[in-house]
Amino acid sequence: MNIHEYQAKSLLKQAGIAVPAGCVARDVDAAMKAAEELGLPVVVKAQIHAGGRGKAGGVRMCRALEEVNRAASGLLGHVLVTAQTGSEGKTVHTLYIERAQPIARELYLSLLIDRDAEAVALVASTDGGTDIEEVAASHPERIFARPLHHGPSDVLPDLADFLSLPVGQVEPLVGSLYRLFVDKDCSLIELNPLIVNDQGGLVALDAKIAFDDNALFRHPELEAMRDPLEEDPREREARKFGLNYIALDGRIGCMVNGAGLAMATMDIIQLKGDRPANFLDVGGGVTEEAVAEAFRLLLGDVHVRSILVNIFGGIVRCDIIARGLLEAVKTHPMRVPVVMRLVGTNEQEGRRLVKQAGLDVRWAGNLDEAAEMAVAAAREGDPS
Amino acid sequence: MRSLLDARTRVICQGFTGRQGSFHCEQMIAYGTRLVAGVTPGKGGRMHLGRPVFDSVAEAVKETQAEASVIFVPPPFAAEAIIEAAEAGIRLIVCITEGIPVLDMIRVKAHLRAMIRPPVLIGPNCPGIITPGEAKIGIMPGHIHQPGCIGVVSRSGTLTYEAVAQLSAAGLGQSGCIGIGGDPIHGMDFIDALAGFEQDESTRGIVMIGEIGGTDEEKAADYIRKKVSKPVVAFIAGATAPRGKRMGHAGAIISGGKGTAEAKFAALESAGVTVERNPTLLAHRMLELLGS
Repeated sequence: MNIHEYQAKSLLKQAGIAVPAGCVARDVDAAMKAAEELGLPVVVKAQIHAGGRGKAGGVRMCRALEEVNRAASGLLGHVLVTAQTGSEGKTVHTLYIERAQPIARELYLSLLIDRDAEAVALVASTDGGTDIEEVAASHPERIFARPLHHGPSDVLPDLADFLSLPVGQVEPLVGSLYRLFVDKDCSLIELNPLIVNDQGGLVALDAKIAFDDNALFRHPELEAMRDPLEEDPREREARKFGLNYIALDGRIGCMVNGAGLAMATMDIIQLKGDRPANFLDVGGGVTEEAVAEAFRLLLGDVHVRSILVNIFGGIVRCDIIARGLLEAVKTHPMRVPVVMRLVGTNEQEGRRLVKQAGLDVRWAGNLDEAAEMAVAAAREGDPS
Repeated sequence: MRSLLDARTRVICQGFTGRQGSFHCEQMIAYGTRLVAGVTPGKGGRMHLGRPVFDSVAEAVKETQAEASVIFVPPPFAAEAIIEAAEAGIRLIVCITEGIPVLDMIRVKAHLRAMIRPPVLIGPNCPGIITPGEAKIGIMPGHIHQPGCIGVVSRSGTLTYEAVAQLSAAGLGQSGCIGIGGDPIHGMDFIDALAGFEQDESTRGIVMIGEIGGTDEEKAADYIRKKVSKPVVAFIAGATAPRGKRMGHAGAIISGGKGTAEAKFAALESAGVTVERNPTLLAHRMLELLGS
C-alpha cells in the first residue's frame, strides 16, 4: 500500500525526523491560507502516488501569493503525467504546501527490502534529488548500499563517512527510520532529497513510504491513510470479493485461477497477436458470488471484445464458474464471445449449465487453442 | 526427487484440523503420503482423519519420528510455525500459507541461517512438493502427475500444473515437482532445486518456470551455465505485466526496471537454456531436446 507524501511526512515527524512545516490543501483558498500562515516563499506540491512530479511540473516554488494561486488552480483537478504515471496520468485532488527550505546539500537515503540479502537494506547517495536508478547506472561509486542484518548500528560509521556527516547526526536519523520501518512493516521508506540545510541540519524534503500489504492485518491504523481516489475503482471493487484484478490496456478480458497462470495467459494472448485487457486471478477457494463479480467486471469493461476463461488443474469447481457466469448475465448481458477452457472438478456439470442457458460460450480443449479462439473472437468485431 | 520425499517419508501437518489442512491432508493420504500425525495447539490427544493430534511439533516428532511437516497455519502465526518445526528437528518444511509479512520471513530465514543443521524450507505461498507415484506434500492435484524423468521447479502453482499435464500427456512424466513459491523471501530457490535434479538419477531433463520480479532466474542461469549438464527448458511468466504493479504474487513485481521477463529470458538463453515463450509448448520442447 502506498501513501501520499504528506502522510509519509506526518509519520516521519512522529518518529522524530525533521520535515519542513507544511499544510494540506484541497482547494485554492486553503492553499492561499496555508501559504500565508507558513510564510513565503512556499513550495506547492501535487499529492499523487507517483514519482517524477518535479520534472512534470507538479512541484512549484512560489515567492508571491498570486503565484500560489496560479500553481494551485493549475494543479487541482488537473491531470499530471509523470514518468511513473503512464500516459493517462493522475488527477490531482490534494496539494501539500510547504515552507521553502534553504539547501546546502541534497542527499538520498532509503530503507527497503533486499530480496537477495533477505534483509532490510539501507541505500544512500550523495546525489540526492535525482533519479536514484540513473545514479546507480551512471555513477555506481556514488551509491552506498548495505543489508542491515543486525539493525543499522554496524553500518553507521561507514555511512557517516560516505555522506561526510558526523556519526552523531546520522545515528538518530537512521535509528528512527529503521524503527519506523520495522514498527509499521514498511516495504520502502525513501527520502529523496534528504537535505542538509544552511544550519547543517538534516531535513526530509521529499518522502515516500510504502507498506507491506501482507502485514496490514496488524496495522489497522494505516487503513485510514488509504486514498481510494488513487486506486482503480475496478481494482478496489474486485478486492472486496477477494479477487486479484489489475486493469491493462488491451481488449481480451481474462479470468484465470492462479497468479502465474494468469500472467502466462496474458503472455500467450500477446504471442497470438492481441493484448490482454486485465490480469485477473480468482484464486483457489473462489465462490459463485466472486466469479459473478469477475464476469461483471469483464463484461462491464467497454474495451473488452472477447473473454478468455482459463481454469485449470486446481481445486476450483467448474460448476461454480458456470453458475457465476449465469448470475452475472442477469445484470450484464453477454455482449462479447466467451471462450472457456475449464479443467477441474465437476467439469461436465459446468458445461451442462452453460449449454442449458443457451449462452454463446466457445469451448477450448487447451490453453493454446483457447488463446487463438479468444483472439479470433475479438477480431470478429473489427471493421472489415 | 526421492532424496527429499518418497513413500516412506513420515509427514505431519501443522494446522491439521482446519478446513484447508483437513481437505488437503485427506488428499495427501489418498495419494499415498505417509501422514503420521497432525499438530493443532489445544487439540492434542484427539484423533483426526485417523491420525493422532498433538499440541506441539516437538511432541509429534517424539511420538512419531516425523521428518517432514506441511504448514497450513494462517499468516499471523505461520512464521512461528516454521521456526517451531525447525527447532523440533523437522528436516523438510513445506509452508503453503499465503500472505506472511515480509519482515516475518526475514526473521525466519535469519533463524534458519543461524542453525547448525538448518532444515530444507519450501515456500511459503507455494503448492509444495511431489514425487509422483510415491508421495506428495502440498496442494497440487495428484492425478495429473505421472512417474517419469522430468524435474519441474516453479514459482507458480497452477502454471506448474499446466506444465505437468503437458509432460504427462507427452509420456515423459515427472521425477519430481517443486513449487518454490511466489513470495519475495522464501526457502528453497531455483539453484537448490536444479542441484537436486542434476544429482537425481531418475531425472533426464528439467523444466523451470519463473516469473517477473527479483533476480532468482538470473542467478539460476549463472548456476546452470556452470553446473547443470541436463537439458533445461524455461518459461518466464509476466512478459506482458506492467511495471510497478504486484501481479498477484507478492514477489511478482517489476521495480526500478529490475526483474523483467525479457532480462530473465536473455540471461537464461545466454546460459544455454532452451527458453520457450509459449507456455503450452514446454513438454514439446523437452521432447525435442531429449530426442536429439
